[in-house]
Amino acid sequence: MASEKASASSSVPNPFVLTPYIIEKRSAETADTTTLVMVPANGGQIPAFKPGQFNMLYSHGVGEAAISVSGDPKKRDKLTHTIRAVGKITNALTSLEPGSVVGVRGPYGVSWPMEEMKHHDVVVVGGGLGLAPLRPALYDLINNRSQYERIEVMYGARSPKDIVYNDEIQRWRAIQDWRFQVTVDAAGREWYGDVGVVTTRIPDARFDPKNTVALVCGPDIMMKFVIQSLTGRGIPDDRIYVSLERNMKCAVGFCGHCQYGPIFVCRDGPVFKYSDIKSFMFAKEV
Amino acid sequence: MSGKTSKSLSATIAEHPFMHGLDAKFIQLVSNKAVQRSYERGEMLFKEGETADKFFLVLQGKVALELARPEKDRLTIETVGDGEVVGWSWMVPPFRWSFDARALKSTQVIALDAELLRENLESNPKDGYNFLLRLLPVVGNRLENTRLQLMDVYGV
Repeated sequence: MASEKASASSSVPNPFVLTPYIIEKRSAETADTTTLVMVPANGGQIPAFKPGQFNMLYSHGVGEAAISVSGDPKKRDKLTHTIRAVGKITNALTSLEPGSVVGVRGPYGVSWPMEEMKHHDVVVVGGGLGLAPLRPALYDLINNRSQYERIEVMYGARSPKDIVYNDEIQRWRAIQDWRFQVTVDAAGREWYGDVGVVTTRIPDARFDPKNTVALVCGPDIMMKFVIQSLTGRGIPDDRIYVSLERNMKCAVGFCGHCQYGPIFVCRDGPVFKYSDIKSFMFAKEV
Repeated sequence: MSGKTSKSLSATIAEHPFMHGLDAKFIQLVSNKAVQRSYERGEMLFKEGETADKFFLVLQGKVALELARPEKDRLTIETVGDGEVVGWSWMVPPFRWSFDARALKSTQVIALDAELLRENLESNPKDGYNFLLRLLPVVGNRLENTRLQLMDVYGV
């Protein structure tokens, strides 16, 4: 089964029309990363979204940025996005205080293959802020736990202070019927958890490679080595899904800003089956 | 730290993932001076610069490999857990530990005597080769992991 493609034209009446949202809460995840919880300014529910999809967030007078939805797909009263301040727009978005208005359009893009994952072992590997696009999938796994076999979640960050969703991760790690491992690249003596790159967790992960679907999200270089480890454990290329981050503008495949080889990341992704993009994903030049 | 010896120690050694499948006689030979030890959270297995006279098989727990930095806190560069091994400085001169090793939680290990191990690796080349075939991937994986850490993959 292919990953789940949500038609932008069917889920969004006019893909270029912004809807105003009011920031209800903002919380700092790390020194440069902030989670915004927003509600529709006109009341009502947020549009249905699938894990892995993204919205375009508009900071008035500054511009738009594509940001993955990071909230629970079952909760339709609030829209949650986790944003790293890396440029003009994301700096503006993360500086907004509660009560500020943000323009939102979406959701867009191909989601994680939640249907295909059912009745399979599931391996989820996230790195850094790559946990944000995976978080809705984790909620979905928790909400529908009985529909999945073994679940292994592995999360890597640069250091303990770079871990996002720290409190929530503590709760997730306490869940008995899955294993959630966290590792950091380096740490001081205050850290009693695992240290080492996230790939070090993969050899001991418990799954049947013939019956496993893997979700991977993080920086490209991290995904490269994670995929090597996962295929080394025997998971076929067409059972590994990755989420790509590229510079998206229109979000519906018109403008070409996010073209990556033969694909438009916004329209054909951001979630891809690794076997579909393997030929150019790690090429020196595309 | 507490230590104990046991008649069944060689059996425990033979069941450790690193040693499992090695020749039974070889395991018996290298088990002779082995000691099972327990460390509580915060206790040191060894310190940088000390004589590397043991090879540690971790049975259960977690060990941090730490690097001292001038005028800064110690940095944990790797953790080692159940079924893994700690240390190979005992294999090559000058037989000094390059890092500190500290228990992050209650940890049980078997400490093999390094001198006895070296003697048996040398006098039993086939078993020694099989042993090195297991140790080399550990060294290689740690080298590769260190390279990935150097790349700072989450910072790009």
